[in-house]
Formats: sequence, structure tokens, C-alpha cells
Amino acid sequence: MTSIVKPRIDKHLPRNALGLTVRDYEGVMSTLCAGCGHDSITAAFVQAFHQLDLEPHRAAKVSGIGCSSKTTAYFLGQSHGINSVHGRMPSVASGAAAVNPELYYIGVSGDGDSLSIGLGQFAHAIRRNVNMLYVIENNGVYGLTKGQFSASADIGTRAKKGEVNEMSPIDPVMMGLTLGASFVARSFSGDKKQLVPLIKAGLMHRGFALIDVISPCVTFNDHAGSTKSYAHTYKYYHPVVHADFVPEETEVTADYDAGEAMPVKMHHGGTVMLRKTGRDYDPRDRDQAFELMRKMEGREILTGLLYLDESRADMAEMAKLPQTPLNALPHEALCPGSSRLAEIMKGYG
Amino acid sequence: MNVQTSIQTGVGQRDRVNDFVIKIANVNGTGSASANGLLMKTVFRMGVPVVGKNLFPSNIQGLPTWYEIRVTKDGWQARSGDLDFMIAMNPESYAKDVQEVSPGGYLLYDSTWPRPELTSRPDITALGVPLARMCNEAFGNARTRVLMKNMAYVGAAAALLDLDLDIIHGLIGEMFAAKQKLIDANKQAVAIGYDYARAHFDHPLPIRVAPMDATKDCVMIDGNTAAGLACVYAGATFGAWYPITPSTSLMDAFKAFCEQLRVDPETGANNYCIIQAEDELAAAGMAIGAGWNGARAFTPTSGPGISLMSEFIGFAYYGEVPLVLFDIQRVGPSTGMPTRTQQGDIALAAYASHGDTKHIVIFPGDAKECFDLTVAAFDLAERFQTPVFVLSDLDIGMNDWMTPKLTWDDAWRPDRGKVLRAEDLEKVQKFHRYLDVDGDGVPYRTIPGEHPKGAYFTRGSGHTKFGGYTEDSNAYQEVLDRIARKWANAAAFVPKPVTLDAPKATKLAILTVGGCDGAAREAIARLAEEGVCLDYMRVRGFPFGQEVTDFLAAHDTVFVVEQNRDAQLRTLLINETPAKKAQLISVRDYGGMPASPRFIIDGVRAHLHGAAKEAAQ
Repeated sequence: MTSIVKPRIDKHLPRNALGLTVRDYEGVMSTLCAGCGHDSITAAFVQAFHQLDLEPHRAAKVSGIGCSSKTTAYFLGQSHGINSVHGRMPSVASGAAAVNPELYYIGVSGDGDSLSIGLGQFAHAIRRNVNMLYVIENNGVYGLTKGQFSASADIGTRAKKGEVNEMSPIDPVMMGLTLGASFVARSFSGDKKQLVPLIKAGLMHRGFALIDVISPCVTFNDHAGSTKSYAHTYKYYHPVVHADFVPEETEVTADYDAGEAMPVKMHHGGTVMLRKTGRDYDPRDRDQAFELMRKMEGREILTGLLYLDESRADMAEMAKLPQTPLNALPHEALCPGSSRLAEIMKGYG
Repeated sequence: MNVQTSIQTGVGQRDRVNDFVIKIANVNGTGSASANGLLMKTVFRMGVPVVGKNLFPSNIQGLPTWYEIRVTKDGWQARSGDLDFMIAMNPESYAKDVQEVSPGGYLLYDSTWPRPELTSRPDITALGVPLARMCNEAFGNARTRVLMKNMAYVGAAAALLDLDLDIIHGLIGEMFAAKQKLIDANKQAVAIGYDYARAHFDHPLPIRVAPMDATKDCVMIDGNTAAGLACVYAGATFGAWYPITPSTSLMDAFKAFCEQLRVDPETGANNYCIIQAEDELAAAGMAIGAGWNGARAFTPTSGPGISLMSEFIGFAYYGEVPLVLFDIQRVGPSTGMPTRTQQGDIALAAYASHGDTKHIVIFPGDAKECFDLTVAAFDLAERFQTPVFVLSDLDIGMNDWMTPKLTWDDAWRPDRGKVLRAEDLEKVQKFHRYLDVDGDGVPYRTIPGEHPKGAYFTRGSGHTKFGGYTEDSNAYQEVLDRIARKWANAAAFVPKPVTLDAPKATKLAILTVGGCDGAAREAIARLAEEGVCLDYMRVRGFPFGQEVTDFLAAHDTVFVVEQNRDAQLRTLLINETPAKKAQLISVRDYGGMPASPRFIIDGVRAHLHGAAKEAAQ
């Protein structure tokens, strides 16, 4: 099997400010199962990047191992990608982001990759507040090894072969809130209207932007009794807050009733307009986010931009990184030279 | 027993100026390290070559620790294996310490308490100084008394060994900078010991230090400090690490030098980034991420860290990502003895990770080489787009080595290897990451974010020479074979071996690696005195170059000297050169102590004796 290149038929497709069509943001043909939620997320990445008018080569895609991690080949074919080892994408992303904070880092992971083998790295990337978008394509099972439960499997959910999970799940949203993530969202691969603005907001966020996306596995976890199936997700899916992304140059129009919308200026450009959907919920309040998530655990799948704090320092700021990325500093700025070495040697005589 | 309480000379001790060994036995956590360092530095500043070995426990406070100082007018670099002057300050190890003194040697002890164990050694001279009593009388609080006891034995040793008191005072001044109160207290403590020894013993002893002029262009520096400094000079901007003995001081040094040398004076920004990772796996991943993204990146660790990093090392090997890994080896297997030295990771480094993997390994032999060869390692990593190991060890990394001053060539520029920048990519039709365009096994790479044409996908899964995913046997094999060629080609670029020819032609030789250098050279000199002539080679890079093959071919018997149980260097020679197994005689020492010539002399003698016996039969 080799990578399949898509035919380019883009004559009549709309172009963005850079004159690029969505085709320019696509990658090679997906090899995932037909109907896989992950492919919808891939399409959402393409749309978000296209709509943001970002140059495709200014992104860097990082992933681990698993079905979800494969998808970084399926979008942004004009940007670098690194498909690393299982569960260790956060460390690769941290090192890459440290030496060039100017790129848009897109981490794609799965529930196996991030919540089992990679739980430690996932947690520590949040602590470091690495400036990246981190998407977990969450389907509750291991796909490539044919359907074992993952750590996000809910209590009572049933595997295809009948086994029932009794262990408590690891919820990436709760983990993100606990560990101090500054952007925590949940979405559903079946709701691009919600997901695309979230991706855009996440890319413009300074620091670690976590989006947990319920992304059903049509082959191993889409049956009756599964809590990660399309049917179950549609049934219990509940957007708790809308997040519209308004780009920098666009005026924030008065669609929003005063007091209802909560505008948050994003560090890397644009504004996120947060709108309640009935509940009295302010996603800028971490305590509220905790309380609501806890209360609705196992009852409703609450989605949207659940928590946002645009004020926190990211890794680059904490490390006092220079204006010029470390990978672009000239030799002269790095090597102190022979006379300085002679000085240093005096301290060892 | 021969306890001196009044003026008396040594027992049958011949005059040995500038050629003896001092050892100080202490309890760790009592501040003795600075006193011992001061003793060694005094000898060095008197112009006399010196070797210092800190033998410390994996513990913070309360366990025995020793510091060994070899005063060596001939400039030998190894431990001698003798012990002429023991300063026994630890009651716990006292009985053992008394036994260790070479016949005719001296023992300085704290005579505040009776020491009945002394009766066991009539062949040594015991010099009792009431250190604790005198310090208790002179100083106030408990911690000061403990600390000053150390300086008091320095004073006593100074009187007995004829050390220059002005130099000692100068060093105390440097140590405590502007803290006049501390300077005064320390000088007072030195005087207490000094005056007591002069008043009570014949001085100086037949073993003593006389000024020379042999250290003028030298420094005393440890390998980790030199390597950390080299990372700054080589242009490394990113280091990730997880603390582990004995590599920690490398990152400490890098950090300290960066704070001095890499902070932008105008903006206050750091022209470097250090991340203390959550574990070694993450440290390797971060260095790979940074290397992939175009920075010079490294991670320092020790054997257990390499074990953890192995998966990532294979990824960087197959994905062809440059990075430098420092393995400051300690005693294994498993946790082993974390504060003892060994060369136990040679085979691990050479073939780290699952599947077919072979790496470039650099073996520094002393602190200066930790500097020079680290710079070379960064160039090799980028030239060959692969992980490069710098295999140091605890002895090289953590002990102070007398070495020529580190120097720098301002004409040096980093060898970034084959990188297509944005302007190059404008000119190419299509870029393929893993294509062997030049036929030397090294493809071109690009830096993320620079140009849309440079985009490629780095993967640890099977890939074609164009960078695409594959499960096709031929396409997979083609890339894997090219990487093997690339590795083999590195043999001509790794640091050349160091050699020393015997005064006359010989078919016998010693081949060794790393910190065994000093011991091997001294063994060769001693054996020459017995009429055994040996050529010498110390390898400094893997894959082995033609020089190694030629050297092995030119000798019938090659003693392969190394510090591990399983003869790992010998295994590599058998694996990777045409040498015959039977010609490679293994000589090993793996108890965790820095090498001394003794095991080498014994090993060579035993083999030659056996061979002669066989011939006679």
C-alpha cells in the first residue's frame, strides 16, 4: 500500500484571501474506514485553515500512533508532519514549539494515545502550556488492534463482543481542567458547525488548546450499548455554549444581545464570541466548568468551549524565548568565541 | 604501631617528592568536598600535576565518602592503586581505611578519641591530631565545628606535605569571595591544624610536594562541565533532560554557562531553552522535536535513561532526525551503583532500539575531549541526520581532570549538513526527503515552516525514498539499506583513534576506549620496563575507521582493555571489523572504580605467562 494522492479539481472552488482553495489544505487520501468520525475532523481542519487564510506551510502537524494519529497525513499536505511514537507526541511538539514558536502546531491524538500510554506526556504538556492545538479524536476503543477498550470507555459501555467496562473512565476535559489547561473544549465529529470555529479559536489561543472530539469508530464501537456510538452521541449531545470565531479584520456585528455574548480577544488574532445556550454558564469561570462537568458526568455530553483563559503565560513566555526563533539564531549569537573561552578558563586554573 | 606524638621520621619511607597518593575518608554531607578540592587545587597551583577522584555514595548525608588525590610529577592521569597518606575522618570506615594504607605510609587521624584499631598496622606511621577538640574550643555552633574540622586537616596536611600556605589562603579567598567572616574562620581553622602538626611532628614528611612548573597551561575541569560548555560553543539552543546521576552536572553546567553567555543583553531573552522533562522518554522526544525543527538539540542522561529512550532513538534513526545524546555511564545493570563508574553501555549505544539500528558513537577519554568531541558530535548528527551518542562516564564526567586549557578556533562554523533553505527550494522542481540524490547515503532535509515545497512527512513507519508510507518489501528495503550505507560512511568522519607506538616494532598491542586511557598508558610504560613492548590505540568513534582495521591487522595479539564485564568493546570489534576473535585478549575491570594500571599489567602478564607456558609444553 502506498499513499494515494488526490486528483486536483479546484477550478470552481472558492478562494480565500491567499487565493487558495480548500484543496490546497488537503493531504493524501484517507485510508480509514468509510464513515470514520476522524475523517470528518480532518475535513474540519481543512476548512478551519482555509477560512483563517493561513499559509499551509506555516503549520506543523504532530501525532503519535493509532488511527487518529494517521490522519495528520490527510490534511495540510504542504506543511511538515511528524508521526512519532505511541503516546509521545506531546514531547515532540514541546521540543518543536520551543525552537520555533511562530508555527501553528496541530497535535492529533486518540484516547489510547493520550489517555493510556501517553497520559503522562499529555498531562505535562498541559502543565507547560505548550502553544499548540491538541485534538483528541476520542472513540473509546483501540481501532488498529481491533476493538479493545480504551481508558475513555464509560462505565457500563459494551464492547462489540459483549464485554462490559466497569472501570471508571479518564475524561480528558476533567483532566484538562484539573491540570490548568487554558482552553478546554469538547465537540463531536458530527457537528462541523461547532467544531470548525473551535479549531479556529484553538489555533488563535496562546497556550495549550485542548479539544476532545467524540469521534465514533464505525467498525468497533458503533453498536447498541456503546456510549461512543453515533446514535448515543446524537441522543445525549448537548452544546452548552456556542463559540463563534470572528477574525481580526471583521467587525463584531451586533447579532448578540448585550449581556448574552461574552467576547474574548484571542492572543494570536480574532475574537471568540461565547454564547450561552440556555444554562447560566460562564466558560471563563473554572469553578463553574468543574461543577457542571461533574454534575452532568454520565448523563449528558456537554460540548462547546467549556473553559477559556487567554491571560496565562505559555511555554515560550515562561522560557523567555527570544523574538527570533531559536532555530533561526545565527552562529554569531550562539558562539561566545575564543577570547571569552580564555576568560572562562581562568576560573579553572 | 608507630603513633607519633613527638618529632619522628617515617618508618622506612624513602623520599618521594611529588609522587604519592593522598586519600581522605569522610562522612558525606559534612562539607568535606570543598576542603578536599582545595587540597587538590593547592597541589595543582604549586605547578605539580595531580589526579583527583571523588568516590562518593548514592546518598545525601551520613554515608562514607572518599577523595583520592594523586600527586604525580610524571603527569599520569590514572589512579595509581597505592595509598601513602590517609586522612581518616570517618569512624564508620576507620577500620577499613587503616587497612588500606600502603606499607610505609602515613595515617592522619582525629586523636580526640582513642583509636584502638591502629594496633593492627605496625608498618605505618599514625599521626594523631585532636581536630575535633581544637575546633570545638575555637568555634561556636555545631555546623561550623564540623566544617572547620575539614579545614583543620587541610592545615595539618599542609604542614606535613609542605604545601604552600599562601596558595591555600588565596583559594579560601576565592571560595568565599566577599564574605570576610568566612574567610577569617577558614584561615583560622587551617592555622589550627597547621600549627599543631608543626609543633608535634617531624615536618615535612619524606612524601611531600615541591613546586614545579608543569601545570601552567592547564586547567582542572570535569568532563560534564566541559561538555556543557561545548554545547554552548557548538551552537546548541535546546536541551531537554531528566535528572539522573552522573549526568546532572552536564545540564547544570549548560544552564550556568547559558545564563552567562546566552542571555540577550538588550531584551533579557534567553537564546536557549532548557526543559526539565517528566521522564527520559519525554526528554528524548523533546530533543527530537527540536532537532526536527532545525535546532541543535541534545539530552544528557545515563544508562537507565538510554534504556527508556530506546524507542525514540530508533524513531530518530529511521526518521533521520539529528540529535546528540550524552550517556554519562554508571555501573549497571538496572539501578546498579549510581555513583560508581563503568563502561557498560558500549553495546547498548552502538545498537540502541529494536529492529536494525546502528549508531554513531563518540568516546571522549578525558575532560578536554568532552569539550572537543562534543562539538564534533553536533556536526556529525547534522551531517548524517541521525542520533549521535557521546559516551562518557562518571569518572570522566564528574571528576576534575588536569587538562590543557580548552581552546576555540574562531574560524569554526557549524556543519549543518544537507539542508535546503527557502531559496534552494525555489530552485528545485520537487523535493523528496529520503532520496539519495548525491549517492552518499545522505538525503536532503528541510526545516518546517520555511517553504511549502519543503514539506514532508516524518514517520517511524515503513516509508519509500519519496517519503510516502509503504508496506512494499523493495521500497522499504531500499531506504533501510541506504541508511546502513550512510552509517558506514560515517566511519571516515568520526574522531580518529589516538595511537602511541612502542619504541621498537612489536606484534603486541593494547586497544582501549574512553577513561581507560591514562591507566593504559601507564601500564604500557611499566610493562616496557619489564621488556614487554606494546603499541597503543584508543578508539574515539564508532563505526570504526580504516585505522582501527589496519591496527588490528598489524598485531598478532591485541589486549582489549575496558571497564565492563562482558567485553563489549571486544564484541564490537569482532562484529564490525575483520579481526579474528582469538587475537583479541580481553582485559577487564568493572568494580566501579576509576581505572588504575594494575589490572592491565596483571592481565597482560597473565596472558603472556600462559602463552609462554603453552609454548614450553
